[in-house]
Amino acid sequence: MLKSHRRRDSHMDPSEAIGKPSAKPRRRSRLSRRAVRSVLPWIVIIAIFVLWEIAVRAFEIEQFVLPAPTAIFAAGWEWRAEMLDNAWQTLMTTVVGFSFAVIFGLIGGVLFGSSTLIYDGFYPALVGFNSIPKVAVIPILVIWFGIGTVPAIVTAFLISFFPILVNVAAGIATVEPELKDVLRALGAKRWQIVQKVGLPRSMPYFFASLKVAITFAFVGSIVAETVAANKGIGNLMLVASSRFEVPLAFAGLLVTSIMGIGMYLVAEFMERRTTGWATRGVDAMGALRG
Amino acid sequence: MNFVELNRVSVRYGEDGEGTLALEDATLAVAAGEFVAVVGPSGCGKSTLMKAVTGLWPPTAGTVAVNGQEVAGPLSIVGMAFQNPTLLPWRNTLDNVMLPLEIVQPHCSRLRREQSAYIAKARDLLALVGLKGFEDRFPWELSGGMQQRASLCRALIHDPSLLMLDEPFAALDMFTREELWIALQDVWLARRPTVILVTHDLREAVFLADRVLVMSARPGRVIAERTINLERPRRLDTTYEPSSVAIIHELREHIGAARSGDGAERG
Repeated sequence: MLKSHRRRDSHMDPSEAIGKPSAKPRRRSRLSRRAVRSVLPWIVIIAIFVLWEIAVRAFEIEQFVLPAPTAIFAAGWEWRAEMLDNAWQTLMTTVVGFSFAVIFGLIGGVLFGSSTLIYDGFYPALVGFNSIPKVAVIPILVIWFGIGTVPAIVTAFLISFFPILVNVAAGIATVEPELKDVLRALGAKRWQIVQKVGLPRSMPYFFASLKVAITFAFVGSIVAETVAANKGIGNLMLVASSRFEVPLAFAGLLVTSIMGIGMYLVAEFMERRTTGWATRGVDAMGALRG
Repeated sequence: MNFVELNRVSVRYGEDGEGTLALEDATLAVAAGEFVAVVGPSGCGKSTLMKAVTGLWPPTAGTVAVNGQEVAGPLSIVGMAFQNPTLLPWRNTLDNVMLPLEIVQPHCSRLRREQSAYIAKARDLLALVGLKGFEDRFPWELSGGMQQRASLCRALIHDPSLLMLDEPFAALDMFTREELWIALQDVWLARRPTVILVTHDLREAVFLADRVLVMSARPGRVIAERTINLERPRRLDTTYEPSSVAIIHELREHIGAARSGDGAERG
């Protein structure tokens, strides 16, 4: 489910095309493998829940230590209105913080990647800043912005923008010198080289970092919600565990990971649409040909 | 009139004048519309010569002039192609070929208005090198030879008056290489740009060029020059005829001398 399915069939003239063996004789086995690969994640998830349920029942584990999946689902269903409300709050907080991270990560990545002066000057400071545990910053954010949505947004932003910046910078900084020469010999300005080559080239790096950054952003917003908010999944889990409603706290975790997977899939979908060339177009072309 | 003139050009890499001397006292002149090949043992500063002419690397000493003007920075009247095709993987063949038009004036500002005319031009050029029907393919869908053809088209699309080719066919197999010689000759005969071709293939030099320059081992100097008066358009058989073979042998001897000279200096 999370991995892209690669197809390597093509309809090109074999005499001119390179390295693309015809896939016809192997198509059937590939099709069934594809089916297995799309079902496999679900089987794994269900198996985990089943084992969990069996273990809890067999060893008679107390509910406030480790609730059984059925209890978790029941609690989630019972509190579904609150669940949805708080999940929505967390999702929005995360998406807003993440969006800022994308914008500033891209801008910063372009600056750091295209100028060695900026890179040399600012990078050590940036690494130092990034080494600060973001949890430690939240109380300061509360002093600045008060309890509520803003500290969570800022935490999500702070925690997720660094990987984006580093990856975009790497993509731009590693443009092949010969390619630069081709453009420089045409009289291209530095910005034109970034625009025509650097940015498109860094897109695979960018999307790879998005997948990391979106999960980070959830960590950031939920941690901030447990410390400094009166709404959101983090807050809900805090309240639930303080009341010893452990199944509800677990239901919060479950909802969080569902949101995480959802956002990851969105990032991956965008990646496949825009940077099919990086995987040699295998996915994009497979989609085109149906 | 000489289109390209190098006057006692030396290039030293490294900042404090301590680095490698890659090119020493190179003096050469190329007439407008002439096809010149530069040959020499490996590491003799051929690629440095290219960089000096195109303004990508300023000479340490001496002057480089193109079209009567001293070269101070990158020139947009130059088209370049390298051993590596350096096509952009996210663009199809047509868009790759049209890349220079997005940068070089006056095409850059006209591109949007006269897009269809420019596309037609790019398609014509691709057809000329035998890439008709591959306009929408991406680089990884093309063979090495086809990528190099597209790279040649990209070097030619903005009608450069100077074409700089840095061992463009070196990574290709013999048959593909010969096909591309023909393609390059066709393009040259059709448009007559000034061409400087760096190569270490003597047959290639003799087949394509009006004049062949032989460079010594590092630091590179021009040590011999041979005009080639074979009829055009040349055919591949020409390279096996006695007249061509004699020239190839002669050039071979110069290169041998250049290399043994190098050995004597070191020993």
